[in-house]
Amino acid sequence: MTIEIDNLHISFGDREVVKGVSFNVAKGESFGIVGESGSGKSTVLRAMAGLNNDWSGRIAFSGENAPLYRPPAFFRKVQMVFQDPYGSLHPRQTIDRILSELPLVHGMDNIDDRIAKVLSAVALPQTTRFRYPHQLSGGQRQRVAIARALIAEPEVLLLDEPTSALDVSVQAEILNLLADLRVERNLTYVMVSHNLSVIAHLCTEVGVMIDGHMVEQVTAEDLRLGNVNHAHTRELRSLSVELEEPA
Amino acid sequence: MLFEINNLHIGFESRTGFAPAVKGVSMKLGTEKLGIVGESGSGKSLTARALMKLLPSQARIEADKLEFDGIDILSASEKQMRTIRGKRAGFILQDPKYSLNPVKTVGSQVAEAWRAHKGGSKRAALEAAINLLEMVKIRDPKKVASSYPHEVSGGMGQRVMIAMMLAPDPELLIADEPTSALDATVQAEILRLIEELVSERGMGLLLISHDLPLVSHFCDRVAVMYAGHVVEEIKASELLSAQHPYTRGLLNCMPSLMHPKKRLPVLTRDPEWLK
Repeated sequence: MTIEIDNLHISFGDREVVKGVSFNVAKGESFGIVGESGSGKSTVLRAMAGLNNDWSGRIAFSGENAPLYRPPAFFRKVQMVFQDPYGSLHPRQTIDRILSELPLVHGMDNIDDRIAKVLSAVALPQTTRFRYPHQLSGGQRQRVAIARALIAEPEVLLLDEPTSALDVSVQAEILNLLADLRVERNLTYVMVSHNLSVIAHLCTEVGVMIDGHMVEQVTAEDLRLGNVNHAHTRELRSLSVELEEPA
Repeated sequence: MLFEINNLHIGFESRTGFAPAVKGVSMKLGTEKLGIVGESGSGKSLTARALMKLLPSQARIEADKLEFDGIDILSASEKQMRTIRGKRAGFILQDPKYSLNPVKTVGSQVAEAWRAHKGGSKRAALEAAINLLEMVKIRDPKKVASSYPHEVSGGMGQRVMIAMMLAPDPELLIADEPTSALDATVQAEILRLIEELVSERGMGLLLISHDLPLVSHFCDRVAVMYAGHVVEEIKASELLSAQHPYTRGLLNCMPSLMHPKKRLPVLTRDPEWLK
């Protein structure tokens, strides 16, 4: 599914937080958005997912303009994974209940089978199925969140800082899982993060946002080599390069 | 020595039995910067909290030696602890959102910390607070002093916390994941600020974090904790030649901008590490 974002503006009341953002993502590619808190990166993602109805401009999936209010079928194609696996899973529902919500709403068949399959797709043991979120570790919870997105059999995954609440060792596992899933299922990713190394690892192209503008789009390779134009990109890059090596 | 820990054990009595969390940790700190690195649940925060006697009441704690500047923490009374906490050892926590009082202005909270330890009039305290805010490099300290915690950003909030901790001129600063709630750019600024202030004032620093390369930039020594043990203690400058497979694993599993890896190596945990 190709994604086209054209001149996207988003406001909260009088305050404009996204001021004309445009980018395209080809099918099966992954696009990363980096920026500091408040730069509007998550807001772009939420508007794409249909979680914000106060936007103007153009958001198109597969060349089709997304309407302001998305039809149910849209959510079979586009799914989102949130930052905090502690906050995004219902604490009083079992994993089984959490995963069956979407298939029930969309009237899918063989729910039992689908849940079993999606659990193994994210490398969770079948025994987790009747556990509650508090009985799982942070990494396992994020796997559940990814499974919940996958059960819709989507073509696009929107990832909002999927690893920033996790330990580095667990982060490695989740990033590997996301990389594998993209290849296996030919998914298109848009990922938001403030960590440049994480973005460059998973995404082939990176957009840098500051203060509601996307000031630069650069391939991960150019970012690595330092072929960047905007001062903010350079600043983010040098900081990341300096701090990722041990002293 | 600012503090000395010898063979510290902490465990929790629970419904299903006894759960040990820290299993024989020893470390010392003088006027230097020590980092503790480990995953969640490795016992790094508990170790720091034990030092301030801030553990929950159901925690069972044993140690051959647990001393702050010669004072035995295990037998110290609450009254004695109050002369240490804040006054001699400051504690910076992870998220300023939860550590600041939401219904009091930032300035009055810093002033309160100053006045509690140094006495003096309210006006003098507020002036001192503004000076402290300036010291942590807040550009418009007067304006920030009169704003409420929800009106300042996360990085600013953390600066305020640091100002508050510095008010009584402590000898030791304990920072428990001071930047994990912050952006990459702000994170570096805050850590630089902490390092600068600690060096300037000749304080000791105990920096707790889960980011090993990051910590190594701001500390002299790093202790790596795994499942309640210190598996390796190493000079920050020699981190690349770390011996323990867990330390090496932690360094390798980070995604890197300059050295791209097709797949990130995942930690394989060896039961041997627990011995």
